[in-house]
Amino acid sequence: MPHRTFLWFILPSLTAMFLFIAMPIVSVIVQSLFVAHEQVLVTVENCGPFGCTQETRVDREATAALREAQPLGRFNGLGTYVNRSHLATAELAQAWQSRESLGQFLGQLMNLPFYRALAFTLSFTFIVTPLVLVLGLAIALGVNGLPRLLRGPTIFFSLLPMIVTPLIGSLVLFWMIDAQGVIGATLQILFDDPNLSLKASPALTWLTLFVYGVWHSAPFAFIVFYAGLQTVPAETLEAAMIDGATRWQRVRYVVIPHLMPLAVFITLMQLMDNFRVFEPIVGFQAQASATSLSYLIYSHLRGDVQQFGSAAATSVLTILGVAILLTPVLIRTWRDFNRKRA
Amino acid sequence: MTVAAHRRSRPLVILSTGFVVLWVILAAFPFVWTFWGSLKVQGDFFSRADWMNALTGPMTIAQTGAPFTGQGYVGAWIESGFWRNVLNTGIVVAATVTISLTLGTLGGYALARSGFRYAFWLLMIALVFRAMPHITLVSGYMLPFFEWNLWGHLPTAIIVLVAINQPFTLWMLHSFFLNIPKDLDESAMVDGCTRFQAFRHVIIPVMWPGVITTGLFSFLLAYNDFAVTAMLLSQENQTMVPKIASFLGSVQVEGNVMFAVAAVVSATAPLFVLIMVFQRQIVSGLTAGAVKG
Repeated sequence: MPHRTFLWFILPSLTAMFLFIAMPIVSVIVQSLFVAHEQVLVTVENCGPFGCTQETRVDREATAALREAQPLGRFNGLGTYVNRSHLATAELAQAWQSRESLGQFLGQLMNLPFYRALAFTLSFTFIVTPLVLVLGLAIALGVNGLPRLLRGPTIFFSLLPMIVTPLIGSLVLFWMIDAQGVIGATLQILFDDPNLSLKASPALTWLTLFVYGVWHSAPFAFIVFYAGLQTVPAETLEAAMIDGATRWQRVRYVVIPHLMPLAVFITLMQLMDNFRVFEPIVGFQAQASATSLSYLIYSHLRGDVQQFGSAAATSVLTILGVAILLTPVLIRTWRDFNRKRA
Repeated sequence: MTVAAHRRSRPLVILSTGFVVLWVILAAFPFVWTFWGSLKVQGDFFSRADWMNALTGPMTIAQTGAPFTGQGYVGAWIESGFWRNVLNTGIVVAATVTISLTLGTLGGYALARSGFRYAFWLLMIALVFRAMPHITLVSGYMLPFFEWNLWGHLPTAIIVLVAINQPFTLWMLHSFFLNIPKDLDESAMVDGCTRFQAFRHVIIPVMWPGVITTGLFSFLLAYNDFAVTAMLLSQENQTMVPKIASFLGSVQVEGNVMFAVAAVVSATAPLFVLIMVFQRQIVSGLTAGAVKG
C-alpha cells in the first residue's frame, strides 16, 4: 500500500491516539515539574495610638489571581520527585544512615507513601500473575475432561468474574466478606473469633485483594488455555502413550510445551493489567492498608485541593515502571521481527 | 485414537469434575447471592444475628409484609436518580463503540495491508500505549480540560475513551484483516477500484464477524471504565460505575447500602445478557490475539 493511502487510512486513529495518549504523557511530564503557587504574603503596617506594628497576612485575592493566571504553578524542577510523598530521597538517606537492621530500614521505607504503594503494586503483579496461570490451566484441563454438553454452561459461568465491571465485582465480594455478610460471618464461626474481620488487618486485606485479583483474571487464562487445548496434536499424544507415558507425563511433556506460547501471551497481558490495579482498592475500601500506584494518583487528584504536580510526578514514575516491565517483551518482539525479515 | 485410551481412572474424573464444580460455584455464587439479597432489606442482607436471614428474610417480611421487596430498586432508580446515570452510560457506550470501530477498521485495515517497517512500529507503539494505566493519562487531561472548559461533558469522556480504546482495537482488527485474503481487495483494484472503493465494496461486506467481536470488547472497556468517567465527568453527567462508587460515601445510613446493591445488580444484568448472547464471540476474541502470538 502506498505511503499516502496508508496515511489517510490511519490518520483518524493516529490523531486520536496522539492527542489523547501521547499528549497526556507529555502533559504529565510537564506538570510534574511544577507546583501550585504558594500563598501571596503581604506585610502591612498597622499604626495605632501605641506605635506601629508590622503584620504579615495572606493576600487571598492576589493568591487567587496568581493561580488563575498561571494554573500550572511555579517551576519546581525535580523537587516534587524527591519530596516525601514521592521518592523521598532525604528520608531514605536518613533512614539508611540510622538503620539498626535491614528489617527496621524496610519498616521505615513502608511508612513512605510511594514505597508502600510500589510494594503493594509489585506484590500484586508478581503474586497474582503466576496464580492466574496455574488456576487457569487447572480449570482448562478440568473443563476439557467434561462431557461436551456441560462445557458451554461452564464457560458461561466462568466468564462472569472477568466480564463484570471490576469495581462491581469487588463490591459484590466486599459485601460478602463484611462481618455481617455471608462469608465474613462464616469465617467468624469457623475460626471461632467474633472479632475476626478481613478489613481490619493489613495482611488480611492484602490477601483479600490477591484473592480478588486471581478470581477476576483466572477466566481469561482459562479461556485462552482451553482454546489451546483444542489444538494439541493428537498424534503426539498418541505417540507419547505408546511410549508408555503416564497421564501426568503427557500433560507435563506434551500439553504444557504446546501451551507455552499462550502462557507467554497471558503473562504479558496480566503483567500489564495487574500493574495498574486500582478499582479493587476503591471497591474493597482498602486504602488504609493497601494502596497501589494508580490509587495514589487517584487520591492526589481527588483531595480537597487537587495536587496536579504530585499526581503527575507519580504518573511519570508509574509510566517508567510500565516501561521497565515491557522492555523484555519489546526486545523479544524486535528480535523476532528482524529474524522474520532476514 | 480409541475410546479406551481416552478413558480416565475414576478418582481422576471425580477429582477434576469436583474441581470444576467448585470453580463454577466460586465464579457464579457471589452474583446469585447478591441478586437474591438485593430483593431483601438491609437488616437481612447484612444480618447481625445470622446470615441465614438473608435466605429466609424475617426482617423483610416484618418490614414490608412480603418475602421479597423492590425497595432497593425503587430507591436507586427513582429516589437517587440512577436512571439518569443509566442513560448516560448508554450514550457514552454507544458513541464510544461506534467511533472506535469506525476509526479502528480503517486503521487496522491499513496496518494489515502495509508491508512497510513503520506499520510494525505503529503496532509496537500501540502495545506500549495499551499498557499505560488509564489513571496516569487522566492526570494528564485534568488540568488542560479544566483550563479549556472541556471538563465534565459527555463528549469529552467519549473521545477520551475512544482514544484509550484505539490501541486494542487496532491490534484486534489488524489480526482479523490479516485473515482476509489479500487477493480479494487486490483483484478489485485490478478491476479499477481505488483502495478506498475496494475497502468499501469488497472488505466491508466480509469484515463483520471481526468487527462484532472487537465491538464487544470496546463495549466492555467503555462500560466497565471507572478511572476516566469518575474523574472527567461532572456530577450530573456521571455514568453508572462512578455513581455506584459515590453511593458508598453514605454507606452506614440504613437503606442506602441496599440502593447500591440494587444498582450493582442493575448494572450487572446487561453484562449477563451480553455473555449469554455473544459467548462464542467473546471466547473467540479472547483467543484471537493469543493463537496468532
